[in-house]
Amino acid sequence: MIRIFSLLAGAFFALALLWSAGKGTYSLITEPPAKTVEATFHEHPKDLALPSDGAFGKFDRQQLQRGFQVYKEICSNCHSLKYVAFRDLKDLGYNEAEVKAIAGGFKVNDYNANTGEVKQRDGLAKDHFPPVVYAGTGTPPDLSLITKARHGGPAYVYSLLTGYAEQVGYKNEKGEELLKKFPDAKTPDGLFFNPYFANLNIAMPPPLASDGQVTYKDGTKATVDQMAQDVSAFLTWTAEPKLEKRKQTGWPVLGFLLFATVLAYLAYRSVWAEKKGH
Amino acid sequence: MSFPWANEYKPSHPAMRWLDEKLPLPRFVYNAIGAGYPVPRNLNYLWNFGVLAGFCLVIQIVTGVVLAMHYAANTDVAFTSTEHIMRDVNWGWMLRYMHANGASAFFVVVYAHIFRGFYFGSYKAPREMIWLIGVAIFLLMMATAFMGYVLPWGQMSYWGAQVITGLFSAIPIVGDPIHTWLLGGFAPDQAALNRFFSLHFLLPFVILGVVILHIWALHIPGSSNPTGVEVKSESDTVPFHPYYTAKDGFGLGVFLFFYFAVVFFAPNSLGHPDNYIPANPMQTPAHIVPEWYFWPFYAILRAFTQDFLFIPAKLMGVLAMFSSILVWFLLPWLDRSPVRSGTYRPVFKKFYLLLVLDVAVLGYCGGSPAEEPFVIISQIAALYYFLHFFVVLPLVSSFEKPLPLPFSITEAVLGADDAATLAPAE
Repeated sequence: MIRIFSLLAGAFFALALLWSAGKGTYSLITEPPAKTVEATFHEHPKDLALPSDGAFGKFDRQQLQRGFQVYKEICSNCHSLKYVAFRDLKDLGYNEAEVKAIAGGFKVNDYNANTGEVKQRDGLAKDHFPPVVYAGTGTPPDLSLITKARHGGPAYVYSLLTGYAEQVGYKNEKGEELLKKFPDAKTPDGLFFNPYFANLNIAMPPPLASDGQVTYKDGTKATVDQMAQDVSAFLTWTAEPKLEKRKQTGWPVLGFLLFATVLAYLAYRSVWAEKKGH
Repeated sequence: MSFPWANEYKPSHPAMRWLDEKLPLPRFVYNAIGAGYPVPRNLNYLWNFGVLAGFCLVIQIVTGVVLAMHYAANTDVAFTSTEHIMRDVNWGWMLRYMHANGASAFFVVVYAHIFRGFYFGSYKAPREMIWLIGVAIFLLMMATAFMGYVLPWGQMSYWGAQVITGLFSAIPIVGDPIHTWLLGGFAPDQAALNRFFSLHFLLPFVILGVVILHIWALHIPGSSNPTGVEVKSESDTVPFHPYYTAKDGFGLGVFLFFYFAVVFFAPNSLGHPDNYIPANPMQTPAHIVPEWYFWPFYAILRAFTQDFLFIPAKLMGVLAMFSSILVWFLLPWLDRSPVRSGTYRPVFKKFYLLLVLDVAVLGYCGGSPAEEPFVIISQIAALYYFLHFFVVLPLVSSFEKPLPLPFSITEAVLGADDAATLAPAE
């Protein structure tokens, strides 16, 4: 009885699937889906090697400080960093006085619960980076978690910052010219062409426009590529400030487990020796 | 119940004797997972996964209870409180990564456990009840994992909740009211998040209770084994302790090594980047995908793209997705072969390998965007999935000729069993 029921149920689902697959195949043949401009011209992130990569990776403090400088002088005009507190910046190698000075350079809203008044005051080390008021096109995302919130992570940020291109005459690696293949895909006014952005047209104007846009305190030459790498490194830190501690904790844990597992294996062999004749 | 030759608990210390008289808890443990439980001597490493699953449940409960001390189930601050755990709570990042990857580890282990059961016919008489309870545990795990994934209130949390609760609205007539009732609103919001948190805290303890029933039911017929031949004499078994405690200790070490390698060196590799974007009801992600452990079932859900016999495609998909798991409840009665173990079933074994491959393909399609060629592939793979359980399993035993079984477990292990010479020829 149950087998008859089960054969019927099997036939029911099988027929429904064949019906779906048949209709799907038919429409695939009669109206093959056209390749979209995004599918043809969207680029995967470029390769980016950071000191924090890999199982032994560590942050380069100098680079993080340079990246923070790029964020502060350029990105922070539009992008907030709300999950990061000024006190966290000690991780970058700043001392207490420097952290206080950095915090004091930002204005934060102070809410008085008794009067309901909101007053602006200078930032303190305990405060988080304040919200950023932005009035242009698009919505600049908060950058705290950006390298964890995009496929490709820091490499995506780096590629996006260095990936702006002139759309007229743009060709992909296969040599296909975008505007010849998709004449309707012209970047609308007010947007900027960037093949590393999901839909190719981004509202953010190229933020790193020329070399020397910031003057690094440590004397590093501020090329666009250097600034993009540094800020990607900095945003890797903002997304995961505990990255170093995580990797450093991992090794002793794995070492202990390896040791314990070898012991457990020997115990297992010895317990079973008589039954298995090891 | 136990075999007549099971060791009896004999406390030597007066304090233990005293306790044993008043509350025989040590005796209970001794008979359940100690030297008082005789287990087939030929279990292979696939039999480690039950203990590992239990250990995963403990990891999830311990890390989860501490995370709940720092998490706030409020749509305004859920995401922020998760970041607070990652940044400001002492070792919070480790707890959260252990918990998130612990869910994945739990499913890895449970899938190994389930597929071991498929192959070795662990669902067959007299172990049907163990199997039924096991499927119930799996369903509870799915519900718990789904609700847990909603808690950080990221984009995938929100839209995953939207899609999965939306499945209930496919039910004719009463679907929409049920959907609204489940969510406490028309879309996931404060009410939904709060009740998901409450249930996500409750269900692991329900799972724990049902796991105890699972183990209780196991101890009535005793463990199955790779030959599928029932235990016949004392030489077929060894006491659980120290034999299998030692083997499980080794298995646990191997498991923890891989688990912590992921936790410390690739903790986000199994998650979706979109869940690091706070939930935004106004912006749908490009591709809504659940966590990897739901991918095979998600592929089945999406494989039904056409209305069929006046049944809307969506309802068809929902029916199929639930049936694809509920059919496991019927396995003990669908598979009529008297031989348990796949090792001695040449035809079944081929279909089984095809099923493993098929579920892997379904998983791959479920994680891919809903576009060609993945839709067609998932339709073909889903077709085999249903044929396997509803058609192949009930029919295969009627024409399959099983290989000869060993006389006993002892004979399978040692090549000869003295008891065999005494047994009458069959």
